[in-house]
Amino acid sequence: MSTLAIDKAGPSRKVKYGSMSRDRAWALRWSYFFLTLFAIFSLVPPIYMLITSLKSSAEISAATNPWWVFHPTLSNYLELLTSNQFLRFFWNSACVAVIVVTITMLISVPAAFALSRMKFWGSATLATGVFLTYLIPDSLLFLPLFKMFAVFSDWTGIRLINKWYVLLFLYPTLTVPFCTWIMIGYFASIPKELDEAAIIDGASWFQTLTRIFIPVALPGLIAATIFAFTVSWAQFLYPLVFTTSTDQLVMPVGIITTLIKGDVFNWGQIMTGALLGAAPPLLIYAFLMDYYIAGLTAGATKG
Amino acid sequence: MVEVAFQPTSVPQARTARKASSLRNALKRKSTMAFLMTLPLILLIAIMVIYPAFYSIHLATLNKAMTKYVGFGNFQFLFKRETFWMVVEQSCIFAITAVIFKALIGFIVAHFAHNIPSRKQRKWRGMLLVPWVIPPAMSTLAWLWLFDPSYSAFNYTLGLFGAGPIPWLGQTAWARFSIILVNVWFGAPFFMIMYLAALKSVPEQLYEAAAIDGANWWQRIWYVTLPMMRNIIAITTLFSLIVTFANFDITRILTAGGPLDSTHVFATWAFRLGIEGGDIPLGASVSLFMAPILAIAAIFILRDISRRGNEA
Amino acid sequence: MAEVSLREVVKRYDEVEAVRGIDLDIADHEFVVLVGPSGCGKSTTLRMIAGLEDITGGDIAIGGDVVNDVPPKDRDIAMVFQNYALYPHMTVAENMSFGLRLKHYPKAEIKSRVAEAARMLDITDLIDRKPKQLSGGQRQRVAMGRAIVRNPKVFLFDEPLSNLDAKLRVQMRIEIKKVHQKVRTTTVYVTHDQVEAMTLADRVVVMNKGRIEQIGTPNELYHHPATRFVAGFIGSPAMNFVPCRLEEAGGKLNVRVTDRLAFALPPARAARYANAPRNEKLLLGIRPEHLSEANGHAAPGVENFETVLDVTEPMGMETLVYFTLQGTQVCGRVNPSAGARDGAPLRLAVDLNNMHLLNEGTGAVL
Repeated sequence: MSTLAIDKAGPSRKVKYGSMSRDRAWALRWSYFFLTLFAIFSLVPPIYMLITSLKSSAEISAATNPWWVFHPTLSNYLELLTSNQFLRFFWNSACVAVIVVTITMLISVPAAFALSRMKFWGSATLATGVFLTYLIPDSLLFLPLFKMFAVFSDWTGIRLINKWYVLLFLYPTLTVPFCTWIMIGYFASIPKELDEAAIIDGASWFQTLTRIFIPVALPGLIAATIFAFTVSWAQFLYPLVFTTSTDQLVMPVGIITTLIKGDVFNWGQIMTGALLGAAPPLLIYAFLMDYYIAGLTAGATKG
Repeated sequence: MVEVAFQPTSVPQARTARKASSLRNALKRKSTMAFLMTLPLILLIAIMVIYPAFYSIHLATLNKAMTKYVGFGNFQFLFKRETFWMVVEQSCIFAITAVIFKALIGFIVAHFAHNIPSRKQRKWRGMLLVPWVIPPAMSTLAWLWLFDPSYSAFNYTLGLFGAGPIPWLGQTAWARFSIILVNVWFGAPFFMIMYLAALKSVPEQLYEAAAIDGANWWQRIWYVTLPMMRNIIAITTLFSLIVTFANFDITRILTAGGPLDSTHVFATWAFRLGIEGGDIPLGASVSLFMAPILAIAAIFILRDISRRGNEA
Repeated sequence: MAEVSLREVVKRYDEVEAVRGIDLDIADHEFVVLVGPSGCGKSTTLRMIAGLEDITGGDIAIGGDVVNDVPPKDRDIAMVFQNYALYPHMTVAENMSFGLRLKHYPKAEIKSRVAEAARMLDITDLIDRKPKQLSGGQRQRVAMGRAIVRNPKVFLFDEPLSNLDAKLRVQMRIEIKKVHQKVRTTTVYVTHDQVEAMTLADRVVVMNKGRIEQIGTPNELYHHPATRFVAGFIGSPAMNFVPCRLEEAGGKLNVRVTDRLAFALPPARAARYANAPRNEKLLLGIRPEHLSEANGHAAPGVENFETVLDVTEPMGMETLVYFTLQGTQVCGRVNPSAGARDGAPLRLAVDLNNMHLLNEGTGAVL
């Protein structure tokens, strides 16, 4: 009887097993199929940027197959990269991004350290407040800020509006809260014993921060830096509101306001400019993808 | 807890008072230092965020030249304008539809990405996140070019199949669709990344247990995946709702509110009135309408955070 | 010279009193273990000695100087943490030398001290590795090395072996003892494991609910516990406590357990219990090793009795037997060849020369 049971169980189990792995193979095939679809959807605009940037104006207006380059040319790139105006945009953007990243780190790292380790009156409320600040969007604040800066220049005679460095005051409102928030998360994940060991080893609070916390939380620091950089680089509303002279513009606004002249769209150059404007974040992303994603997910999962 | 220990009532005996006071000084130094370390942050938030937020309420009660207090005059004026109600409608349609599609697509793509071997996930994830990485102002230019009335690459492709041409940005309905499409394209990768991270944190044993209990593919998603991800889905959706509702770049670059102001959202209309029209108080009034919905979303997010804080 | 003394030390958090007045003198070179269940205040006491917690009341002195207000770095102490607390971004050598580097010691001296400590702990080969590349036992050694290179007045250990598996724990226990024999630094060691406490300590401090229950050498605590808590905490399996009465019958004292079961008090203990209360509820404390199978040879103070076993646990070298007396579960240790089986009767011998009588209400050992 027992042999019979085994005989019966044997093949049926085999079939079941085979069907499961076949199910899995089909699931895998479907996954790849849909991922490919979504990847095409994701990559069409950037690829189209690249295609157009390699075309001459003549080819664009000839209305041939838009998805193919028949006479590739680098003339758009040459023109933009030798244009003083475009280089000026790039330079302004780079200055703003680098300085804003520095300011952001100088403000948020010590603040995150204090909020995560040195409990003081109101520190918990402040940590929550920092997070709430991050939720206040730029489009709610640009008008009062604009008016504030106008009033400020009336009072003091210091004109900040229409100078690229006015952005140095504005961008930290977007970068500091989030960077502080994710640094609090990273610092809080460092075991308490580590700073106690450092204290017993004779480290001051400052040494604990610089020699233990910053090196240990380096991945978080990199993620925060990337975030601050990409936000500064991509910001569009503030520079559009606060700067107008062409020599004070940053990349996104510069490309849109100078390359679009009335109704004349020089699409080859616009796409080249857009691609060059997208290049720094894309390069950072290509080389530091894991940090980029860590920063992206940290905000919500660390909370 | 340390401060409490040194409140006058808990200093136990006169004998220890001397020591307590010198310790209190040391503590004071520590908390003073902590306060100094957070001072730049506090100043930044107070001057550049909280003050302007309240200043904007003040501005909303002034006349165009900002010389006279008009109370609710600006709001009364807005309520009478058809454009305002169109903006309210469009903002809500835009934000809600876009967030729903971003969440759906994000979830589906995350699920597929989670299915494939983890070695290959990196590459796919890398490609799928590209839209989120490109500055939105730059990528929207590419979409603008793809939607171009005379040279649209989409219409060219549709033409090969004998369809089209579609007035992507020229007709209200299509323009609204296009704006939502671009926003979904830009925002879905964020959802995908968040959901993928959440999917990875669901213990494999739960699926195995569910499979042994006889749950099929759909039941596993409904009874295991979704409940485990509920928190992350909620918080990501709320985040995105805020960001989408306040979005400026995409609408501004694609249509600048047109055709006939039918695609304006709060942010672009506030810009149109406040900066381009020079009526800062009216613009401030418009942007203030974003505040209630942001506050509601923020309350839900906060509740979630404090609940998680309590669990930990 | 580095004796450590605590005088009426109190620690209060908000409402809770974690440490309720501790007096303790630790001699130079001594190895003292604080042991007790979790929440007994042993770790808090250690952290107050380290300076990581503020002292609510009382004084702590290291080497004769009161250190209440002295920050940890100036107390000249080194601490080994339960989770090792190695700096993950530094190599083993950098971890060990961090304190010395902060104090700007000459490079040559740092190097020789690290090399010396590494040699002592047998981690010379690991000196350039990061903590991530080390096993649990190796991390433990590095954490000790970090303490040793500082050459402090006092070593503080906070449950250092809790994160290791059982086998490694035994090995590291011996290692710690060897190191202490070499460096002879005054050591305060906190653990919840009474075996660790017994094997390592010169003197053991048993703590419970923020107070010291008893201080003594391991043997004193084992053979002469002062309270029911100590008697029950030290030793594994724990001491049995059976309700009983002391009866006087014909000028002799009997320990009556049940109506049918009573033991004559052995002469060795008679004097001790001469003044113990008669006919009152007491507890008979007897360790499992003093309950073994009856072997027929009569010995003074050893009495035999019959019981039915509930459960037996063969351990190999011995068999633990469990039975019920007066509603309490009692454990005995018998020879594997004694034929103990679940549910079977067995004749046991109780060695009353090692018995204790306890006051049921106060828990004091008479």
